[in-house]
Amino acid sequence: MNKTVNQKAWFLVLPVLILVAFSAVIPLMTVVNYSVQDTFGNNVFFWNGIMWFEDMLNSERMWNALGRQVVFSSIILAIEVPLGVFVALNMPKKGFWASFCLVVMSLPLLIPWNVVGTIWQIFGRVDIGLLGYTLDALGIDYNYTQGFYAAWTTVIVMDVWHWTSLVALLAYAGLQSIPDAYYQAAKIDQASRWAVFRYIELPKMMGVLMIAILLRFMDSFMIYTEPFVVTGGGPGNATTFLSIDLVKMALGQFDLGPAAAFSLMYFLVILAISWVFYTVMVNLDKREGR
Amino acid sequence: MSDTTAAPGAASIPGDVSAARNRATTARRFRPSGSAIVMGLYLLFLMLPIYWLINMSLKTNTEILGSFSLWPRDLTFQNYETILTDASWYMGYVNSLIYVLMNTVISLAVALPAAYAFSRYSFVGDKHLFFWLLTNRMAPPAVFALPFFQLYSSVGLFDTHIAVALAHCLFNVPLAVWILEGFMRGVPKEIDETAYIDGYSFGRFFVRIFMPLISSGIGVAAFFCFMFSWVELLLSRTLTSVDAKPIAATMTRTVGAAGIDWGVLAAAGVLTIIPGALVIYFVRNYIAKGFALGRV
Repeated sequence: MNKTVNQKAWFLVLPVLILVAFSAVIPLMTVVNYSVQDTFGNNVFFWNGIMWFEDMLNSERMWNALGRQVVFSSIILAIEVPLGVFVALNMPKKGFWASFCLVVMSLPLLIPWNVVGTIWQIFGRVDIGLLGYTLDALGIDYNYTQGFYAAWTTVIVMDVWHWTSLVALLAYAGLQSIPDAYYQAAKIDQASRWAVFRYIELPKMMGVLMIAILLRFMDSFMIYTEPFVVTGGGPGNATTFLSIDLVKMALGQFDLGPAAAFSLMYFLVILAISWVFYTVMVNLDKREGR
Repeated sequence: MSDTTAAPGAASIPGDVSAARNRATTARRFRPSGSAIVMGLYLLFLMLPIYWLINMSLKTNTEILGSFSLWPRDLTFQNYETILTDASWYMGYVNSLIYVLMNTVISLAVALPAAYAFSRYSFVGDKHLFFWLLTNRMAPPAVFALPFFQLYSSVGLFDTHIAVALAHCLFNVPLAVWILEGFMRGVPKEIDETAYIDGYSFGRFFVRIFMPLISSGIGVAAFFCFMFSWVELLLSRTLTSVDAKPIAATMTRTVGAAGIDWGVLAAAGVLTIIPGALVIYFVRNYIAKGFALGRV
């Protein structure tokens, strides 16, 4: 749609601008403020330049947390995206069962995140949880509070449980928007099932899939509550992701300077990657002529 | 994509590739079963942990810790009673609902005109502004927890519902703008122009004509605002202490000196699922449509 140039439209955007600026710019400036100052207590601050940034860039702790974060996000994207598409392909197209699947699949999305953590904390416990008890009965050594692999597996399975539905619902919506004519054309061409997926369904889903990937990437990169409730970042630091480490630093130890510098760099990383996704997405949109 | 799924997946697609008509009719009885199995397994995977939570919420603590059973042998509603009769428990739900509803209303109220502006007009800096809005959806709450605490304390809003509602606007307003903009783009511009020619003022046109046209979009946006405000814990916990304490934070109470009160914890968890489930039920037909626009 060609848009009219109208500078007065700014007035319509103004409320959003003021509201979001209040909630975003002021706190962000507070963070920037902390990141360049140091204190000896008593709320007396002095200029510290970029020392905190240098500190954080040299700190092994941050790089380790970042490493774990990247591994985590990559694993869950690698599982959730194909699984979500696969589930979407198998969903009923209409009728009672389609609604039923939609409702059940949306359910995990609407559970408060710490309750998700609680559910899996209980579910995985060897003494009272179904999963833990079953694995234990099968003779598998499973203890997510002590075992490195058990903790990681639990956190990943939990995230797959929590968020695959989002990818599936998006992919499903993409599939629903494909006109029948495409399938009929494929039928005339005697295309194989794989060809139908590869040349019709996948390209048509690309737009929504990019959004799914973008959302899952952003949210997994910010994940805090669920692993915190289940493992508390342990055993040791095994599941201490960026947000958990950050909260530990800022609210636990009250190291405001380093934590602020850490926050800013963390935010910039997310921003940079999200910008790439966003640009790709907008270009896809344009190509489809939407 | 494995072999076993290729065939069943095809069955549900209109105009299936391989089958002749008569073969298709005989095969139809068997073929969807593949999809059904996949979906059955997936839904089972989703429901099992939830079932386990419900199961535990209906047991007494002695039974939970004493024996292992797949269903409650000694059915009790004691845990729910504890929550529903104790003000410090059920006020958590009330608080959560209050700030979630406030947030939904505020987000929609400011997002509607902004989304209209983005969908209809181009103005200086519109693209940058749009991306800047989206970046707020990407901001990790952990980054903002402490500054928010200081900001809202200094303006005297700490431990009020409005503070949490405003804080959640950080990610819900951009989201609402994004969703609504998608829906508004689908409404032809000629409708606006005709209305203005007919002498409608902007306000009257917007409320009387335009909003009914995108009512499903408003529904979807409201759903997502509700959802993300309802599930968020970090900010709502940081910004409240007593008066506006959300249920999610109240749940930590179950960890006492005598260990964890598993039954009550599970019951509280089950009760947090219910509002979400109700909302999903009411908007189930719109969700797919909202997703279809590719806006979440």
